[in-house]
Amino acid sequence: MDIYWEPVWLTLKLAGFTTAILLVVGTPIAWWLARSHHWIRQPIAAIVALPLVLPPTVLGFYLLVLMGPKGMVGQITEQLGLGLLPFTFEGLVIASVIYSLPFTVQPLQNAFASINQQLLEVASTLRASPRDQFFSIVIPLARPGFLTASVLTFAHTIGEFGVVLMIGGNIPGETKVLSVAIYDHVESLEYTQAHWLAAGMVVFSFVVLVTLYSLNGRLQSGLVK
Amino acid sequence: MMAAPGIQARFACKVGTFELDVDLNLPGSGLTALFGHSGCGKTTLLRCMAGLQAAEGIMRVNGDEWQNKTGSRPVHQRPLAYVFQETSLFPHLSVKRNLMYGYKRIPQSDRQISFDQAVEWLGLSRLLGRMPEKLSGGERQRVAIARALLTSPRLLLMDEPLSALDQASKQDIMPYLEALRDNLAIPMLYVSHSTAEVARLADHIVMMDGGRVVAEGPLQQIMARTNQPFGLEKDAGVILDATLSERDEQWHLCRADFGGGHLWLRADESLMIGHKIRLQVLARDVSLARSKQTDQSIQNLLPAIVDEVAFEVSPGTSIVRLLAGQTPFLSRLTSRAVHTLALEPGQQVWMQIKSVAIVD
Repeated sequence: MDIYWEPVWLTLKLAGFTTAILLVVGTPIAWWLARSHHWIRQPIAAIVALPLVLPPTVLGFYLLVLMGPKGMVGQITEQLGLGLLPFTFEGLVIASVIYSLPFTVQPLQNAFASINQQLLEVASTLRASPRDQFFSIVIPLARPGFLTASVLTFAHTIGEFGVVLMIGGNIPGETKVLSVAIYDHVESLEYTQAHWLAAGMVVFSFVVLVTLYSLNGRLQSGLVK
Repeated sequence: MMAAPGIQARFACKVGTFELDVDLNLPGSGLTALFGHSGCGKTTLLRCMAGLQAAEGIMRVNGDEWQNKTGSRPVHQRPLAYVFQETSLFPHLSVKRNLMYGYKRIPQSDRQISFDQAVEWLGLSRLLGRMPEKLSGGERQRVAIARALLTSPRLLLMDEPLSALDQASKQDIMPYLEALRDNLAIPMLYVSHSTAEVARLADHIVMMDGGRVVAEGPLQQIMARTNQPFGLEKDAGVILDATLSERDEQWHLCRADFGGGHLWLRADESLMIGHKIRLQVLARDVSLARSKQTDQSIQNLLPAIVDEVAFEVSPGTSIVRLLAGQTPFLSRLTSRAVHTLALEPGQQVWMQIKSVAIVD
């Protein structure tokens, strides 16, 4: 059973970590992008969106170089005694975070931008500090955005293949996630096993998206947009 | 520093091409109306006072300094309340939780207005469980006012709180605002471009035009000036605070006493002896005679002294200011009538007042 379920478990773990980290990292970036009028906003927005247009192999290649023994990041991690990140689960998480960044930031940015700015002024006249306003007004009103961002990030991480292959390789229990496992089965002409995993992915993705759409519909009807 | 009573507001700022430049000393109690056409800067001034709009200047409220040359307290640290023009309720919170939003953020020791009190004042007890989207415009604005009051502010700022409402909702809210003005010791600043609202609510008025103050003072005095700014002379009229003293059941009339005499009004079921009411006498409803004319239909005849004649304020029209005792009145006449009657300051005349409106 381990051989079948290990990639599934690993994939869910990777997607879970990636989503959690991105919600923490992506929220301030999205907030800044939604509110700032600084000229640097557009270049930053473009950098965030880059993973959408770049082939995953390009991204994976540069991450591999950066995190390798001669790369800047690699040298730092070695100095810190952490070893090298490529072909480890941690390295995979970092790559996924970068690769899925736009799937978190963009829905959040849209959700933040649609919040009536006057509500924040109102909150400030009711003694709420900027931080307090964010937690009591912005986050509840952006709830559909957070839901969309989480689901998209999670689902997108589950489906990634190119970056994983470039930076993680195919180490069972460490970096061998679902998409790689399917590829592996097909390579070895084990079509039955590939079918089980692939069909599972199709069903899973469908269920995730249906849940997302119906939840968002319900959230939106419960709130005045 | 000595605690100076009143509100000192001095601001200079530029928003795009618009420039605001004001220096005001306002009373530390009662309702002050900031009045003027749209675009005159009244809302910008209010936002500067609140700290919502960055501006260089000074802001002091009854001795408490909110802003000076060296610094400005952030909005959330100022003991003020602000009622916005458009509905500003938090859509994800019920009425009750909207009301609690500011209330729970002030220290218990600062709470001068209790939750139940505010709910009762604004008649919200049946609405507490509802979501904002299920409220009418008037109800939403009442919730917004109660929510503002629940922070026990030391200054209440209102930016055209009625302008987004239909006539019926306005009439609905007016009595609540009057009650607040009469019962709260908190100074209120009220932005409006409606003469009717100002006449009914204000104790003090600041008239603005082009980012500057063009007139400022107690409402009665300002309304009784012959040179009304920006073409208001058509609706010019004085405001009188009067007390009802007698009912004439036979003729369905009511007597209202004020400093300089009395006026008879059509008796209304709601008018009770002893009530204080606010009356408006429009300049166009006051005609003048050299002697007391009793062979005509107008019953409100008052002796007065001509105080000032503003000849030809617009082509063919003149405005005469009169004093009945200490109380000023305005009369709008044709310039020919002023010429024919040879009206001059100091002259004794009779005012014939065709109609009196109860504004409050």
